[in-house]
Amino acid sequence: MTLGDDGGPAVPPDRSGSSELVQLLTPEGERVDHPDYAVDLSPEEYRSLYRDLVLVRRVDLEATALQRQGELGIWASLLGQEAAQVGSGRALRPDDMAFPTYREHGVAWCRGVDPLRLLGLFRGVSHGGWDPKDNNFNLYTIVIGSQTLHATGYAMGVQKDGSESAVIAYFGDGASSQGDVNEAFVWASVFNAPIVFFCQNNQWAISEPQEKQSRIPLYRRALGFGFPGVRVDGNDVLACLAATRAALEAARTGQGPTLIEAFTYRMGAHTTSDDPTRYRLASELEAWKLRDPIERMKAYLSRNGMADAAFFEAVDREADELAAHVRSGCLTMPDPSPLTIFDNVYVEQTPGLERQRREFGAYLESFEEVSH
Amino acid sequence: MPSYTIARGLNEALRKAMERDPKVLVMGEDVGKLGGVFRVTDGLQKDFGEDRVIDTPLGESGIVGTAIGLAMRGYRPVCEIQFDGFVYPAFDQIVSQLAKVHYRSRGQVRLPVTIRIPYGGGIGAVEHHSESPEAYFAHTAGLRVVTCSNAVDAYFMLQQAVASDDPVIFLEPKRRYWEKAEVDPAMTPDPLHVARVVRGGRDVTIAAYGPMVKVAMDAATAAQDDGHDLEVIDLRTLAPLDMTTVLDSVRRTGRLVVVHEAAVSHGIGAEVAARATEDAFYSLQAPVLRVGGMDTPYPPSRLEEEYLPNLDRVLDAVDRSLAY
Repeated sequence: MTLGDDGGPAVPPDRSGSSELVQLLTPEGERVDHPDYAVDLSPEEYRSLYRDLVLVRRVDLEATALQRQGELGIWASLLGQEAAQVGSGRALRPDDMAFPTYREHGVAWCRGVDPLRLLGLFRGVSHGGWDPKDNNFNLYTIVIGSQTLHATGYAMGVQKDGSESAVIAYFGDGASSQGDVNEAFVWASVFNAPIVFFCQNNQWAISEPQEKQSRIPLYRRALGFGFPGVRVDGNDVLACLAATRAALEAARTGQGPTLIEAFTYRMGAHTTSDDPTRYRLASELEAWKLRDPIERMKAYLSRNGMADAAFFEAVDREADELAAHVRSGCLTMPDPSPLTIFDNVYVEQTPGLERQRREFGAYLESFEEVSH
Repeated sequence: MPSYTIARGLNEALRKAMERDPKVLVMGEDVGKLGGVFRVTDGLQKDFGEDRVIDTPLGESGIVGTAIGLAMRGYRPVCEIQFDGFVYPAFDQIVSQLAKVHYRSRGQVRLPVTIRIPYGGGIGAVEHHSESPEAYFAHTAGLRVVTCSNAVDAYFMLQQAVASDDPVIFLEPKRRYWEKAEVDPAMTPDPLHVARVVRGGRDVTIAAYGPMVKVAMDAATAAQDDGHDLEVIDLRTLAPLDMTTVLDSVRRTGRLVVVHEAAVSHGIGAEVAARATEDAFYSLQAPVLRVGGMDTPYPPSRLEEEYLPNLDRVLDAVDRSLAY
């Protein structure tokens, strides 16, 4: 899937029998080599990856708090999945297009989307409402799996345009059972579409463990569809970055799709409405805390003299400032006016809807007259 | 003036649309080399290439889902669903995505996707090849739903559907595919979303669409022998409905019979009847009557002549309306 040493098209690494995990940074923060994947970043870049991890976790915690205080209807936390999202998100070029589910707050951050746009959806003031072109970040898609087909079609369009961009489609272990995801694999494969399927296997589809979705490791599904699959340590931001970069490069150079399974863990509930104590053991969470994506990056930076206490404090301060922005922005977010219900159903308003709008407006005004 | 079948009218319309706009794509099962099972896309791949006339894998959700993605990229896809009963695997993509993305994006993402569906019965087919799914789509905000009954409309309405910036469900009356009419490509067509009075009359209004327009016209001819003068309206557009044309007619005739192949309950006829009652109550001299399929699954083809509304069932409803 990567270019060979001689620059020619490479043979996909043989992963047929192994469930090897691509890892470049151990949970203890030690760099390890991998024969197929590597990153060589400057200290500044390593620090900036750490910063993103911390900031997106802080935004996520603030959003969860806002939900608990009744300011959001619901929140889907990314806690634990920061490395998968920041690693893959940072691998994208500005002209690449990302198709998220509803949990890709970290990818949104990497694309430059203001977290408040995301909160608007969970607060209930919009169904999204941002322009995907602004940051090449598609609208959140709540029906799991649907967006993988949109991403594939978009990638087919990229291919028709002769563009050298790539597309990334996010989905989860639960969505891997959806027909749409499997159809997206078929389409992407037969049309050789420039796309990366990025599956965050966070082990839990609400209450259902991964073995309810698949008898084989998810990354191996790709082989049956005719393209390479790879499993990366989803809590290792460097491995996620390296694998996604390689897959995007393969897409751009006409080598078609790749499936990346980022093996990670949903440390929080499915959403704020969920209670994971009903279906999983606390000890499991404790075990995964030892593989925390942020702690290992912090250890790596410290141990190698790339960051000092002042840096970590500065990042924490910045995170608090960002959280304050999110909080105040959420609290002052205006409710939409009632008549906007009728807006944008169609590009060209229909006479029937225009009439309903007029009648509903008159109905609302009748209350105002009474109150005066 | 060329004489086209409906199938040929649709074919010429696609050709025109593709010539006019290089972003127009045709995609579906067997639409390429074969030209579609009804030959509606005949010759298009030869002339426009495999890049624009795309034989897809056999997955309807995949067809519509990737069409949405292509539209997001700036293309204008026309999807063919091979038969009415095969559209349901794509139902989620149509209803939850295609219909809603413009709303979700607050108007910033347009999805100019046309979905062509041959629909209706009367061709002696096996199960799933004779259905009338229009009400499902008409009930979904964000979709436009239209249907042609003749070659002239086939030619113009499909071009208008492709040019629409909203998603359009384009229903084609498959048992009328081979009926001919003279088409003048230079004429100015009616707008897409208007109904049309196809036969003026004084006594009863018959509102029909798609394959049932011919049945309604035949009924009107037969009713003349009984001294009844029927007005026939081809609804053409089911969402939005053009009730203006229907109400104008009902205010003159005072009686309305709606005819469609789809089951009567919760159907288009129910909506037309409700609206006529709301907006022309004092003009009505009889309840609005519906003639349609029974509230059963589509029967085996040896029974379809019983199931499908025909001239006699329309005349029976006319008699019941006039008896009030």
